Amino acid sequence: MAVPSELRQISDAVWELPVSWKQGMRVPARFYGTQELIERFDDGVFAQAANVATLPGIRRYSYCMPDGHWGYGFPIGGVAAFDPDEGVISPGGIGFDINCGMRLVATGLTYEEVKPHIQRLVDRLFERIPSGVGSTGFVKLTEDEFLAVAEQGARWCLRNGYALPEDLERTEEQGCMEGADAETVSHKAVQRGHSQIGTLGSGNHYLEVQVARQENIFHPEIAEAFGITLPDQIVVMYHCGSRGFGHQIATDYLHILLDVMERVYGIRIIDKELACAPFLSPEGQNYFSAMKCAVNMSFANRQVILHRVREVFSDVFGRSPDDLGIRQIYDVTHNTAKLEDHLVDGRVQRVLIHRKGSTRAFGPGMEGIPEAYMPWGQPVIIGGSMETGSYLLAGTKDGEQTFYSTAHGSGRVMSRHSARKKYQGRKLIRDMLAHGIYVRTASMRGLAEEAGGAYKDIDAVVRATELAGISTRVARFVPVGNIKG
Amino acid sequence: MPYTYLEDIAIADIAFEARADTREALFVEAGDALMNVMVEDLSAIRPAVRRGFRVEAGDLERLLFDFLQLFIFFKDAEQLLLRVSAVAIAEERQGLVLTAEAAGEKIDPHRHELNADVKAVTLHRFRVGHEAGVWKATVVLDI
Repeated sequence: MAVPSELRQISDAVWELPVSWKQGMRVPARFYGTQELIERFDDGVFAQAANVATLPGIRRYSYCMPDGHWGYGFPIGGVAAFDPDEGVISPGGIGFDINCGMRLVATGLTYEEVKPHIQRLVDRLFERIPSGVGSTGFVKLTEDEFLAVAEQGARWCLRNGYALPEDLERTEEQGCMEGADAETVSHKAVQRGHSQIGTLGSGNHYLEVQVARQENIFHPEIAEAFGITLPDQIVVMYHCGSRGFGHQIATDYLHILLDVMERVYGIRIIDKELACAPFLSPEGQNYFSAMKCAVNMSFANRQVILHRVREVFSDVFGRSPDDLGIRQIYDVTHNTAKLEDHLVDGRVQRVLIHRKGSTRAFGPGMEGIPEAYMPWGQPVIIGGSMETGSYLLAGTKDGEQTFYSTAHGSGRVMSRHSARKKYQGRKLIRDMLAHGIYVRTASMRGLAEEAGGAYKDIDAVVRATELAGISTRVARFVPVGNIKG
Repeated sequence: MPYTYLEDIAIADIAFEARADTREALFVEAGDALMNVMVEDLSAIRPAVRRGFRVEAGDLERLLFDFLQLFIFFKDAEQLLLRVSAVAIAEERQGLVLTAEAAGEKIDPHRHELNADVKAVTLHRFRVGHEAGVWKATVVLDI
């Protein structure tokens, strides 16, 4: 589909579709991206962002970030805020992989120090952090213990020796969303998830060893404040979520809400994947609670993986994690709904913000970010494709325009099927090695589907967020090692 | 092949269309189509363990949806790769009732060439229909 002719340019990287574009739109839809990125948006993005604009209680705009692409219900990269009293909550605005997110960890090592050991390091990470179809983790829990994880998130990890207090301080929501009641979660979800803590999963989930080269530091002062202090410093970045637990919760509530949406609440929707219920309804509140359980499980998952990263580095380099300077920079969520206070219509109001494939990006001085980062804004971790690079950004004051939301990755442009036809896993591994990236994978075909050419240009996506003013570049990282589910 | 993967429906995910002469055969094909997304060679799955499937639903689409979710459930909960060879669908007072015996084995990465993990069945363009004597299902899987 071509870009709709009604799409109006608001500024260099902001575009708007008016409410007249589709029947039922309550607010306009806003798209973030340069002209080049907007022209490459796939068919579903405009239609889906407009569908979101029809939902009851939506405030200001239905947004789509520069890495946006077709999703279920909401586009990936979709952001929408709802009035908690009059609006809805929708699993389709959060996604199946609830709190799929990114964690960035600094080390006190340089590339020169790591280079001779990179293959052993990546091999060991691959052995110790399970990935791929049906993988299970090393933390063996009973179902009751797992329910405690769902309610306590990373706090459970702290109590059980898998976390340092500073890890939680540097995690969005301090690693636990309050109000998660495990009673709202099905037994099926528990059965699917309880053996998966400490696993990466597959698809676009990965762990990378990366280098922050001097020429890729865009804002030295913020980089230093966030912990990027050495030339050619090694960092570890990873992307994973709530695994089968979150997927089952999303599936369960999709049906629960579909059943009551029109029959009980009289809400009609354009697309079944936009199933929703009034936020304050019993079904809406139960889903919000169950979603928080998945958010917390995912925080615990990434925390346990950090524990393993510390063990592996310590083992390979024969020094303690503390001595190696392994320190979490930040952990961000992508797929969530959260109650936040924002300025709407000239006054501060509480809104329910759905971010689906979008990162919260609080600006300097905002409550909810670590004390040490207050002057600079919240760290935002943007994962690129495995062949290109990734970014550390910071939230800005101007982020207010998107309820302090920005991009989350580079965004796919090629189908998995096409990528598989175009790329071959084994050749990709050889080519990447020739470019200084050592890869281990649980699936050669899965690897081919994640080739760099299947994704948008990460540099263009990040530049667009900066141009629009919703986040600012701090550092770019290039991969030297990758484990892929 | 009685199922084909569709290129134009899902960019980040995988869609398939299954076809068969009967509803029951359609379900068998759809189950294999889902499993084949995760495992390259379905013949590598040995029928070492068995699980009984029973699904009740008000309509055929919901019956297929819940049936497919079972394969994902057993993959995560018991690390089992399963196939069904025969499905029975009965119309009873409470609606449609499906019964099937699934057979398979624990995931063994050394013998099973694994592809992408399936997170969920989605309702996007989900459809089961009967056209010109052929049963057809279109399904988009979240990866």
